Amino acid sequence: MTAIAPTLDARHAARRTGAPWGAVLAGGFLAALLLASLFPWIFAPTDPLSILPEDAFQAPGLTHWFGTDQSGRDIFARVVHGSRQSLSIGLLAVGLAVAVAAPLGVVSGLAGGWVDRGIGWVIEILLAFPGIILALLFVAIFGGGIGPLIVATGLGVAPGYARMIRGQVLAVRNSGYIEAARALGHRPWRIVRRQLLPNAARPLVVVITLGVGQAIVWASALSFLGLGAKPPAPEWGTMMAAGRDFIANAWWLTFFPGLFILLTTLSTTVLGRYLQQRLEGHR
Amino acid sequence: MEAKHLIVEGLSVSFGARRVVEDVSFELPPGKVVALVGESGSGKSVTARSLVGLAGPGAHVEARRFSYGEHDLLRLPERAWRRLRGKDIGFVLQDALVSLDPLRPVGKEVLEPLALHGWGTRAGRKARVLELLEQAGVPEPQLRAGQRSGQLSGGLRQRALIASALALGPGLIIADEPTTALDATVQARILDLFEEIRAAGSSLLLISHDLGVVSRLADEVLVMHQGRVVEQGPIAQILAAPRHPYTRSLLDARPGLQPARTRLGPGRPGPVPVSGPVPFLSAMPQMRLPEIPLLEARQLGKRYRGPDRRWRQVIEGIDITLHAGRTVGIVGESGSGKSTAARIVMGLLEPDAGEVTFAGEPWSGPAGARVPEHARRPRRRHISAIYQDPLSSFDPRWNVGQILEDALAVGGCAPAKRRDRVATLLEQVRLPADLFSRGPLQLSGGQRQRVAIARAIASNPKVIVCDEPVSALDVSVQAQVLDLLAELQEQLGLAYLFISHDLDVIRHVSDELLVMSQGRIVERGSTRRIFEDPRHPYTRQLLAAVPRLPQEAFIAPLVPEYALHA
Repeated sequence: MTAIAPTLDARHAARRTGAPWGAVLAGGFLAALLLASLFPWIFAPTDPLSILPEDAFQAPGLTHWFGTDQSGRDIFARVVHGSRQSLSIGLLAVGLAVAVAAPLGVVSGLAGGWVDRGIGWVIEILLAFPGIILALLFVAIFGGGIGPLIVATGLGVAPGYARMIRGQVLAVRNSGYIEAARALGHRPWRIVRRQLLPNAARPLVVVITLGVGQAIVWASALSFLGLGAKPPAPEWGTMMAAGRDFIANAWWLTFFPGLFILLTTLSTTVLGRYLQQRLEGHR
Repeated sequence: MEAKHLIVEGLSVSFGARRVVEDVSFELPPGKVVALVGESGSGKSVTARSLVGLAGPGAHVEARRFSYGEHDLLRLPERAWRRLRGKDIGFVLQDALVSLDPLRPVGKEVLEPLALHGWGTRAGRKARVLELLEQAGVPEPQLRAGQRSGQLSGGLRQRALIASALALGPGLIIADEPTTALDATVQARILDLFEEIRAAGSSLLLISHDLGVVSRLADEVLVMHQGRVVEQGPIAQILAAPRHPYTRSLLDARPGLQPARTRLGPGRPGPVPVSGPVPFLSAMPQMRLPEIPLLEARQLGKRYRGPDRRWRQVIEGIDITLHAGRTVGIVGESGSGKSTAARIVMGLLEPDAGEVTFAGEPWSGPAGARVPEHARRPRRRHISAIYQDPLSSFDPRWNVGQILEDALAVGGCAPAKRRDRVATLLEQVRLPADLFSRGPLQLSGGQRQRVAIARAIASNPKVIVCDEPVSALDVSVQAQVLDLLAELQEQLGLAYLFISHDLDVIRHVSDELLVMSQGRIVERGSTRRIFEDPRHPYTRQLLAAVPRLPQEAFIAPLVPEYALHA
C-alpha cells in the first residue's frame, strides 16, 4: 500500500532531525553570540577599531586567531563585536516585522469580508515585489545607516508574516475549542484575548527564531552592498564588503565574517526546526 | 490474485523492552475470515501491521513460524515486501484522513497501485478505478475520483481507501477497523463487499472492536486483551459460550444486548426481584408531559451554497421538542443534516427558516427574526454541548483544571470557589482529583469525554446537545460514559438532544426518536414504537443494516420482561 508510506517516512524524518544534539549545539552557539553581543570584551579584549598598520594582513595564528585586516585590526575582535550589530539588527528587524504584521494579520483573520480582502490585496502586492528590492528601495530613499537598515529589513519580511498570522488566526478561529467557548457563552473579547491570540501566537515562536537568521542575512546583504552600516563599523556584511578587494591574498578578511553569518543562520534554523517539532508534536 | 495459506505461530512484537503483542497464533486458509477483536491498546493493530511488514520503526517482530504461501515473512527483504504489499496483500487502514494524500484526487490514489504494479493499459486502468470506487460503494464515482480527500466525508474517504486496497484483487486483505467511522447502511455495504470478495476466494483478516461487525463475516475469532489472546475459537462458540471474563464483558457492554435505560458497565444490577419497586422503571418516560417544552424548534431550514455555486438545502422542516429530564435522539447517516440541526439548536448557526424557542422565549430565528447575540449570550449557559472529538474542543494550552474553571466562569462562579467546584465536577464524572493538572493529551479517550461532560454540566445547564459523544470510544468505555450520562440526567433533570449514527446507542438512551435522511425527518415517534414497528422504508433499511450478534436477532426488549410481568 502506497498510502502508508508518507506517514512512515514522516516519522523517520522526525527521528532523524529531532536529534537533540543539533539543537543543543545551535542553542549553545546562539547563547554565546548573545553573550558576545552584550559583553564582547569577555571574548575579545582587543579594541575592534584600533589600527596597527605594522600588523596589517596577518594570517590567522596564535596572536590573531582570525588574522588582521588591511589596517591591522584584529578580525576576531571585530567579528565578536560585530555580533552586537548583526544580532540587534536581526532581532529589531523581526520585532518590527511582527509589530507591523501582527495587527494586520489578526484584523484580517478576525474581520473577514472586505477588510480581509483589502488587507489581502496589500499583502499580495507587497509580496509580489522581491523583499530585498523593497528593502533596497527603502534604503535608497531614506539613506543608509543602521536605523533605516532595520526598518527596511523589517518591512521587507513583514508581508509574509502578516499572511502567516492571518492563516493562523483563521485556523484557530474555526477550531473546535473556539466554538466550544462560543457555545459556553463567553464574550468575544475574552475568547480573543484568552484563547485565540495565545494559540495563534504559538507557531510564531518558530517563525521568529527562523526569521532572526533570515533578517541577519538580509541586513548583511544590504551592508555588503554599502547600504547599511558604514565602514569601519564592525558589522559582518560591511566587513565582508571591505575584505572583498583583498580576497585573492587575504581570504580571512571575508571568510570569518561570512562563516559567522552562516553559523548564525544555521543555528537559528536548526533551533527553529527543533522548536517547531516540539510544538507541533504537542498537538 | 490467488489466496494463499497464512500461518502465524507464536508472533510477538516488542518496542524496546515493552512487549505489545505476545504469542499470537492462528491460521488463515484461503477463502476464510479471521477476526482480531479487542479494545484500543490491545495490540490488535500492531499484529495486523506486522503482517504487512509495517510494524513500525523500532519494532522487533519474532515468531516461530510466520509465512504466507511460499513466502517466509520473517526473512523477507524490504524489496520483496513491496512486491507483496498491494498486489498479494491489501491493507485497509483505519484512519482514512491521514492515510490519504490530501493533495491528490482520490481517483489517483486508487490508480496508484494499478500503475505501480503495471496493471492493464492506461485507459483500462482509468475504467478500473471507476469500477473499484463503484464497487466500494462510492456514489457518482466519476465526480468523486476528481476530488481530494479533504472534500470527501469520512465515509467516502474510507470507501476510497478500501477501493485502493482492493485495486489489484489481492488474495489476502487485512482490514483494520474498516467500518468503524461509518454509518450503519454504509457499513453494511462494505461488509457485503467483503463477503463478495471472500466468496471469490480471497481471505480476510478483520480487525475490529465490535463483535457485531465481526460476527457477520468471521469464521474464527481471536479476542485480544493487553497484547495477549485471551480467547480463540469459532465465532459461534465464542458468542454463544464465552469462557473468558473479558470476552463476556465485551459482549455485555453492547447496548444492543441490554434493555434500554439500564446500566451497561460494571455495577449493573442483576435480574430484579419480581416483588417490590423496579428501579429502572423510574427512568422510563413519564407519560404526562409538562405544559411548556424546554426547547422547541419549529420548521428549521438551512441551505448552503456549494462549490458549484448551486444552493443545497441541508435541512428542511425540522421540528424538535425537548422536555426536561428526557432524551430526544436523532439518528441518520453522515450528511443527513443532524449536526446542522444541532448547531442551530445550540445557537452557533442561524437558520434560514423556522425558529427556536428556549423556555418559551425566542432563541434563534431566520433573517428578520434574528435574536441578537447580546440577548442570547447570557442564556447560552443553559444549553451546553458534548462533542464527538473532545480533544479538539479543548484549548491545547490548558490543563483539565483550566478547562473546567473556564467553563465555571460562565456560570457566574466566583473565582475563589472555582477550585472546589472543579473538584466536585471531577467527582461527579468519576474522575480522580489528581487529573486536575493533566493536559488533555495525557488522558485516555474515555477520560477526555468525561472531562467534556464535566465541562458541559459546569454551567448548570438545562439542555445538553450530545453530538456523537460515544462514537470514538471502545465498547466498554462507551458503556461507562452512557451510564454516566444517564445518571447525570436523573440527578440534574437534564434534557438531552442525542445525536448518533449508532442505532444500538440511540435505542438505549432516547425516549423519543427522530430519523433523519437527506435533511428531513422521515420518521418520528417513541423509540420503542420505531424499533418495534418502523414505518418509513428508510427506517426499515436502517434497522436492517445493523450487524447483530445471534442473540440480538430479536432486539432486546425495551422493558425487561421480568419487569413487564411484575
